[in-house]
Amino acid sequence: MPRILSKEILAPDVVRFWIESPHIARKRKPGQFVILRTAEGGERIPLTIADVDRARGAVSVIVQGVGKSTRQLNAMDAGDEVLDVAGPLGRPTDLHPGRRVCCVGGGIGAAVVYPIACGFKALHGRVVAIIGGRTKDLVILERELREVADRVVVTTDDGSHGTKGLVTDALQALLAEGEVFDEVVAVGPLPMMRAVVEVTRPLGLRTTVSLNPIMLDGTGMCGGCRVSVGGEQKYVCVDGPEFDGHQVDFEELSARLGAYREDEAASLLLYERERLAAGEPA
Amino acid sequence: MAKKILQKTKNPMPLQDPVERARNFEEVALGYPVDLAVLEAQRCIQCKNEPCIAGCPVEIDIPEFIRQVAERDFEGAFRTLMDRNVLPAVCGRVCPQEEQCEARCTLGVKFEPVAIGRLERFVADYANLVKFTDDTPPQPPTGHRVAVVGSGPAGLTVAADLAKLGHQVTIFEALHKAGGVLVYGIPEFRLPKSIVEREIDGLRRLGVEIRTNHVIGQTFTVDELFTELGFEAVFIGTGAGLPSFPRIPGINLIGVYSANEYLTRSNLMKAYLFPATDTPAIRGRRVAVIGGGNTAMDAVRTSLRLGAEHAYLIYRRTRKEMPARAEEIEHAEEEGVEIIMLAAPTAILADERARVRAVRCIRMELGEPDASGRRSPVPQAGSEFDLDVDIVVFAIGQGANPLIRNTTPDLPVNKWGNIIADEGTGATQKAGVFAGGDIVTGGATVISAMGAGRRAARAIDAYLRAPSSDGFSPTDV
Ligand SMILES: Cc1cc2nc3c(=O)[nH]c(=O)nc-3n(C[C@H](O)[C@H](O)[C@H](O)COP(=O)(O)OP(=O)(O)OC[C@H]3O[C@@H](n4cnc5c(N)ncnc54)[C@H](O)[C@@H]3O)c2cc1C
Ligand code: FES
Repeated sequence: MPRILSKEILAPDVVRFWIESPHIARKRKPGQFVILRTAEGGERIPLTIADVDRARGAVSVIVQGVGKSTRQLNAMDAGDEVLDVAGPLGRPTDLHPGRRVCCVGGGIGAAVVYPIACGFKALHGRVVAIIGGRTKDLVILERELREVADRVVVTTDDGSHGTKGLVTDALQALLAEGEVFDEVVAVGPLPMMRAVVEVTRPLGLRTTVSLNPIMLDGTGMCGGCRVSVGGEQKYVCVDGPEFDGHQVDFEELSARLGAYREDEAASLLLYERERLAAGEPA
Repeated sequence: MAKKILQKTKNPMPLQDPVERARNFEEVALGYPVDLAVLEAQRCIQCKNEPCIAGCPVEIDIPEFIRQVAERDFEGAFRTLMDRNVLPAVCGRVCPQEEQCEARCTLGVKFEPVAIGRLERFVADYANLVKFTDDTPPQPPTGHRVAVVGSGPAGLTVAADLAKLGHQVTIFEALHKAGGVLVYGIPEFRLPKSIVEREIDGLRRLGVEIRTNHVIGQTFTVDELFTELGFEAVFIGTGAGLPSFPRIPGINLIGVYSANEYLTRSNLMKAYLFPATDTPAIRGRRVAVIGGGNTAMDAVRTSLRLGAEHAYLIYRRTRKEMPARAEEIEHAEEEGVEIIMLAAPTAILADERARVRAVRCIRMELGEPDASGRRSPVPQAGSEFDLDVDIVVFAIGQGANPLIRNTTPDLPVNKWGNIIADEGTGATQKAGVFAGGDIVTGGATVISAMGAGRRAARAIDAYLRAPSSDGFSPTDV
């Protein structure tokens, strides 16, 4: 079973794991993801591959503990083994050499744009990264992005770090300043991706988003991850996860993401109670 | 002893009470007790021309195993079955015997045929109970290595046959559990998962390696199985895993599922145990399942077990045209499924939270026979009606998954994306690559997938033993 090689807390409830998976590390291209299960009876959790270390035969994933399954994962430690890791899944990012790209990552979305930024950079592009969070502690991967990107702009809602405001404010400022992009890549919470798409739409500026619907198998077998893109039905796990943001029906995706909200909340509550009863931090 | 009087009807198999079973996931049919099995076996008249054998896609020596049951030689009967069929406990439960062996039974001309399926199931279960094992020693290792992609009935059969011949076999399965439709599709109440696990354990004992979480086309391509991993032949048995949805309004609302998703949540992820397991089940009070095949029956009967108060089955033709096994339709009705015939959905209606509120249907009438010979349904103008439901499940057929096709450009497929393979050998037009099961035929049956696996195993064995692969075309096998 795949072993967790290291664990590092990047922000409150946000953890980076390096997990042994040599054959996935060998094959993976930017933009792809894995599906992971922590234990018998556990959910199949889709997670973007944030980075790979071919020498160690490992992949890294960055996990935000939002529900029971992700919290359970985040409670694991280096040396523990997860039950299953399948991948690499999905299509790789459509990388083109020499592109001028703006990578916008909201919150945990920075973990998804980071490998994409690396991919464009490796093909001699110019990469500007905008990352943001509600407050300083929630901004992740700033150091890593500074190492690859030509320019990094950080925003926080409360102004505790970088410029005060939203990532879209920063994007608009960059455009006003005369930065020219061939493409914007935006990943983060749905409202953020929608807002970015509305900034770029009137400019006709190509905008790629990476979607995270509820998934089950991740192999195209169940159709649960379907979204409407340009009026056509697409399966995010095999046709995506990246799509033309101007074509995505966000309204529908946002509704579908809420399908199990009550069940998920109940499951989380139960889990926290059990952890408390066992004397462990919830 | 006086000459026995011939019993005209099959001995019925004990079933769980319909009211009780509609609310639990335990197996519906309980199987024959020993004496009843012997009695049923004695109905076989051991006719000389043995038409039943030709009705069996894997050609089990049916009269022989039935004779052995009649003589209480259960171990002998088990060996006779295992000689042709590596999954008898599965086939005895899910094969459409009424269209195959039992349809040809001589007794069936005048009376009810011998209950061959029930006897097969009896022998397999009895063998498990008393732990008979198939102890034919495997052939000495040949040193040849074969990759099998997919662990459904086709893949399991190829793997077992090749392992017995001494080849080293590795199965690559995309999901975290082996078994294909047998584990993610067919529900516990019809095919207990412990039975599938037992059969798969048998495969491991034969030395077959099973690598789950390997999605071929992603983790490795078919070509990489040869070039990087050093396999000499590859069998593709990836099934018909791509759900179809009709193009009607409301198809992406919350509460609309493919049967694959609905059943996978329940069977593979054990969502019916939620919150003890972590994948939420889809609990609807009023559930409509669209379709008339085995998959539709499984989905609608699952909905009852997940607590539905009304479980509707909507089918555009009549009961007579339903592709599901007659027994499954009967069981569904006994359990309280409400069948709405001659109707098809035209739209799914939403409430203010984008959740399903109702399904709008239109009435059909049967017109002229279509290409399949079935009379095609014709919508009746102005006959729309709304049925209040909170879940809609589509079980209207499956396409071919694109992952392998997209990454193996030199593997020819037909216009539906199914791999083109020789019927007798499974050989494809790509050297060393064989295929069989639903990925070749489109959605079919467990036993036909096994039959394809068996034929491919023979061809792969010949391919591997051919003096040199140079100038040897697998289609020559
Ligand atoms: C709900 C349901 C009920 C049914 N009931 C009956 C019945 O009562 N009787 C009957 O005879 N038939 C029944 N059938 C049909 C029968 O199950 C199938 O015909 C049979 O399982 C086909 O076998 P297969 O080996 O071709 O593929 P499958 O059983 O579909 O197995 C394919 C396997 O390959 C794996 N796979 C797919 N792609 C990849 C990849 N790229 N890499 C690695 N692995 C991959 C899949 O995960 C799966 O495990 C039913 C089908 C369904 C869905
Ligand atoms: S997750 Fe099942 S099809 Fe995409």
